[in-house]
Amino acid sequence: MDLMEKNLELIEVQKLEGHTDRVWNAAWNPVSPILASCSGDNSVRIWEQSSLSRSWSCKTVLEETHTRTVRSCSWSPSGKLLATASFDGTTAIWEDLGDEFECISTLEGHENEVKSVSWNASGSYLATCSRDKSVWIWEVLGGNEYDCASVLNGHTQDVKMVLWHPTLDVLFSCSYDNTIKVVWWSEDDDGDYQCVQTLDESTNGHSSTVWAISFNAAGDKMVTCSDDLTLKIWGADISMMHSGEGYAPWTHLCTLSGYHDRTIFSTHWSSDDIIASGAGDDAIGLFVDSKQHDPVNGPSYNLLLKKEKAHEMDINSVQWSPSKESRLLASASDDGMVKIWQLETTP
Amino acid sequence: MVSGLINENPIVYEIKERRDVRAYSSNTDELSVDAIDQLEVKLNICSAHHIRDIKDPEHPYSLEQLKVLTEDSVEVDDTKSRVRVTFTPTVEHCSMATIIGLCVRVKLMRSLPSRYKIDIRVAPGTHATEAAVTKQLNDKERVAAALENPNLVEMVDECLSPSFE
Repeated sequence: MDLMEKNLELIEVQKLEGHTDRVWNAAWNPVSPILASCSGDNSVRIWEQSSLSRSWSCKTVLEETHTRTVRSCSWSPSGKLLATASFDGTTAIWEDLGDEFECISTLEGHENEVKSVSWNASGSYLATCSRDKSVWIWEVLGGNEYDCASVLNGHTQDVKMVLWHPTLDVLFSCSYDNTIKVVWWSEDDDGDYQCVQTLDESTNGHSSTVWAISFNAAGDKMVTCSDDLTLKIWGADISMMHSGEGYAPWTHLCTLSGYHDRTIFSTHWSSDDIIASGAGDDAIGLFVDSKQHDPVNGPSYNLLLKKEKAHEMDINSVQWSPSKESRLLASASDDGMVKIWQLETTP
Repeated sequence: MVSGLINENPIVYEIKERRDVRAYSSNTDELSVDAIDQLEVKLNICSAHHIRDIKDPEHPYSLEQLKVLTEDSVEVDDTKSRVRVTFTPTVEHCSMATIIGLCVRVKLMRSLPSRYKIDIRVAPGTHATEAAVTKQLNDKERVAAALENPNLVEMVDECLSPSFE
């Protein structure tokens, strides 16, 4: 199925209104038709799709917990827990009890705003990052207990996002210091997490703040986006890592430039290999592998489509739904809206 | 903790007599080159007007009086809804540069339609850490977090409040 040959359009399915300030992030529940969004209005909204009408409505608002902007939210792999990271310096863990959500734990420790939170593939670890330049790794213990397992101080500036690899317990972080750092557990020195690689300008990396990271389903490719107006694709031989042969470094494969003329705040790689980007130019970009096997220059990516004026203001987050039924994309914006889009072939 | 003022003796400039600031006309039916130029100039003045009266954080003078901002400071692209303000901090090591930049951004955010994209930068060659200050002023997340700090907001509001002489 070659997407480039079809007439594809990004159709707006629904506009979710309710937040009273910019929406920073949207996250799909991995197992149910539920979407979480978080905002500068200090709240988190849970949107649910009705099985009858197929339309989305706000099921519940998580408020009066965070005292400042909620910057990002992330569901645990089981879909039962939601972690929310806030400018108030805390990360809250919420449990979905059916009728309501209960805040079962609050992770404290960062010196200032927490920017991002991520669960590892098995849900046994959490990672958070902050303007205090550090990345914290938390162990998920029983009985709603969370223990700080490690504090990493590699970045020299504000850390914008953390993301665990989809299949390995390797942690990635990206920062205002223009770099992406890779962290892995090492048995040396009584065992601790160590930075095994830094992707910076000298390794074809970004020349300004890196805002987001996303992996393809296989976990052997990664896309990053930046204030330098580009998206970069990276690859690694992770089969080597799966077979225990040690760390396989990430290398730059391709740079996508000229598609956005404002900061690219978010990027997400879908399970069927479409890369979405959301930027300060109010547009959503979709990219696919050109499938041209160039032995010298490596893989290249083409623009599938660009949705201009997808929102009235900056787009802060784009996320593909895990649903296999249809290609749904959620976008969150400074205009206070969350939008759900469907990628469809037009007749 | 700095107890004294950072810039003890600012140079105060006499400001030219102001042009008559007319309200930005929304009548863009006549799209002759002349009309567009006029509109551009008016919008330029409007933006400059919004920010020229911002008070310096340390002294009872406006940014215009201190030549931190001039009429050339503001570049507007109305079709793309972009505004860029270039400002010159009063002294090279002025740590107030970030506050001034923040005041300019806040004033424009409050005055312009939400479709406008605002870029603030320190005039190249005028400040020791201009790249660092400019980067911070254009990081939306950093600005948002800073504006959640009540002390900072109070300082900014003070700079933006009209002065009655």
